Amino acid sequence: MTAFPLDGLTLILLIPAVSAALLVALPGYAVTSKLNVLASFLTLVAALSLLWRRPEAGLLLHVDDLNIVFIVLNTFVGFTTSAFSASYIAHEIEIGRLTPAYLRFYHAMYQALMFEMNLALVANNLGLMWVGVEFATLTTVLMVGIYRTHEALEAAWKYFILGSVGIALALFGTILLYLAAKPVAGMEIEAMAWTKLMTRAATFDPALLNLAFVFLLLGYGTKVGLAPMHGWLPDAHAEGPTPISAVLSGLLLNVALHALLRFKMLLATNGQAIAPGPLMVTMGLISLLFAALMLYRRRDIKRMFAYSSIEHMGIIAFAFGMGGPLANFAGLLHMTMHSLTKSAIFFSVGHIAQVKGTQKMTEIGGLTETHPVLGWGLVIGVMAIAGLPPFGIFMSEFLLVTSTFAREPILAVLLVIGIILALGALLQKLNTLAFGTPKGSLTPVEASYVPMFSHFALILIAGIFLPAELVSWFQNVAQLLR
Amino acid sequence: MDQRLIFDVAHFLAGGLVLISFLLLYQDRMFGLLNMFALHAFVLSLSVSWQAFVQNAPHLYITAAIALVLKAIIIPILLRRVVIRLDIHREIEAVGGIGLTMLFGIGLVALSMVVMLHVTVGADRLAREDLALALSVVLLGFLMMVTRRNAVSQVIGFMSLENGLILAAAGAKGMPLVVEMSVAFSVLVAFLVIGIFLFRIRERFDTVDMHALDRFRGEHL
Repeated sequence: MTAFPLDGLTLILLIPAVSAALLVALPGYAVTSKLNVLASFLTLVAALSLLWRRPEAGLLLHVDDLNIVFIVLNTFVGFTTSAFSASYIAHEIEIGRLTPAYLRFYHAMYQALMFEMNLALVANNLGLMWVGVEFATLTTVLMVGIYRTHEALEAAWKYFILGSVGIALALFGTILLYLAAKPVAGMEIEAMAWTKLMTRAATFDPALLNLAFVFLLLGYGTKVGLAPMHGWLPDAHAEGPTPISAVLSGLLLNVALHALLRFKMLLATNGQAIAPGPLMVTMGLISLLFAALMLYRRRDIKRMFAYSSIEHMGIIAFAFGMGGPLANFAGLLHMTMHSLTKSAIFFSVGHIAQVKGTQKMTEIGGLTETHPVLGWGLVIGVMAIAGLPPFGIFMSEFLLVTSTFAREPILAVLLVIGIILALGALLQKLNTLAFGTPKGSLTPVEASYVPMFSHFALILIAGIFLPAELVSWFQNVAQLLR
Repeated sequence: MDQRLIFDVAHFLAGGLVLISFLLLYQDRMFGLLNMFALHAFVLSLSVSWQAFVQNAPHLYITAAIALVLKAIIIPILLRRVVIRLDIHREIEAVGGIGLTMLFGIGLVALSMVVMLHVTVGADRLAREDLALALSVVLLGFLMMVTRRNAVSQVIGFMSLENGLILAAAGAKGMPLVVEMSVAFSVLVAFLVIGIFLFRIRERFDTVDMHALDRFRGEHL
């Protein structure tokens, strides 16, 4: 190793950290929002460089076939969201919902969040991974409460309390895992390095490992937003600034899922431990069915898409719980497609809420007439997220349903029921939002459409034609996940 | 040193922590609660120091010092100021049937004993007992967060829960420092967050009773 290793791995941590410090110091939103976009772009470039040149795994940080999927997705959506954020925030400043002082804080926090999520993803040390998730939680708590309204404060408080409880459970699970590993892996830092643990997990004490996994599943599962620990999620998504809703839904849930997958892989190598699959399948199905039913009763547009995130995280947990090359492949693809689609939907919803001045669905209508680009963007997004062809989510859901039918027909029926229920709710709501009589303000909106439509282009391409390289890459990861 | 003595002192301190958790659960006055929490943190720092001594792990003294200075002294003093400034020290909370809460707490301790002692048969005796008691402290912290409606006491519940986690981390021999440090640090950050929030909530609602917040909810579930 050289004295000063400036590889992609270091850069995806260094760039956000440095720019967070810079953004605290710099005044003026015109400069800071541009710097925010630039920093996010550079982080994306650094992450892409990892595809070609991967540094060797250390005891603290590592890049492997699994987390590189998450890193690239994380930095990409982080970049497009920062571009959306620039135009969104400009409007918030104009109407005075945010003051320049908060804005300095907001942009610094955005980069800090990027740093923490990247840290959680590349951490090889289980303690370090926990630290990343913990600080990402605290950062997002601050961002959810940024508007200082009753609802925002309550949402932030609830998120803080439930998130901390989840994080505490995850730490207890991590301590138990260390105890299980200690007799075999030795003491100190080696017994916390995931790559070292993987090679020895087969000989760990199964009873301790089982208990550790229960705590980890409940703890990180809270952060993934799986029912019945999802309580924080709808409020946090609905009350925070929309770019943060997009990042929470599209990225932070994935980071927690990544942690869960690491522990699932550990357990899978130990023959005597419980199979983590059925637990994840059950929680996934509960989340899916619960969220699908809840969708019908939603009156707030951002809250509705928050429930849709619970639904999709349920599907993804189900897929990884089923396991096997095909279901894992479907899970990975679904996760990628959900991140891209959901953040694009939030881009559209953010501008809609701004122009209409409300998030209540009863006061929004006929969008395709009043604001054609936003309205049709929402139509495309909802059709994609509901799993209609020709978009990427249709592909992944189709794969998952068929592979489940071959193995567990009853579970597949439940899965299909959940998906169809959600489809019905979403289309019913979309009908009044996008078509019908126009309601609310008719003033034209100054929005950035590029981030939204670039996401739509990607999910459309993925739905029609998946490049062979991507397929073999995902297949490789799916094999790793077992 | 005598193995018996090592075990007895460790057990005594960890058991004391569980007992104080019960006292926290029972307290219904603000200042009493704050004093109890300071005592909780003090016993934690003793317990961690003892672990540092018997494991010959000097880095644990840092954890003990953080617990003592930050959680037994600074945070209680700051919270006391908050309570005085918000003028809520006379507010007696509706804990909702103290007897029932205590019974539930006893059930949780029994549960954590049964689970941990059953699972950790292979581990050494000291770590085993410590872990079972630590889980009890964690669960009692949860119980306190659930049964209290006041934001300040929810925060104290959360911090007593974190004390349980530190006890567990210290009991697990040789666990790398990074986790203990981060737990201690996270408490600090968490406190900052809470400090901001308490004042903001007060500003908006004229109360720190979480029940009042519920009225503003747009939509349930």
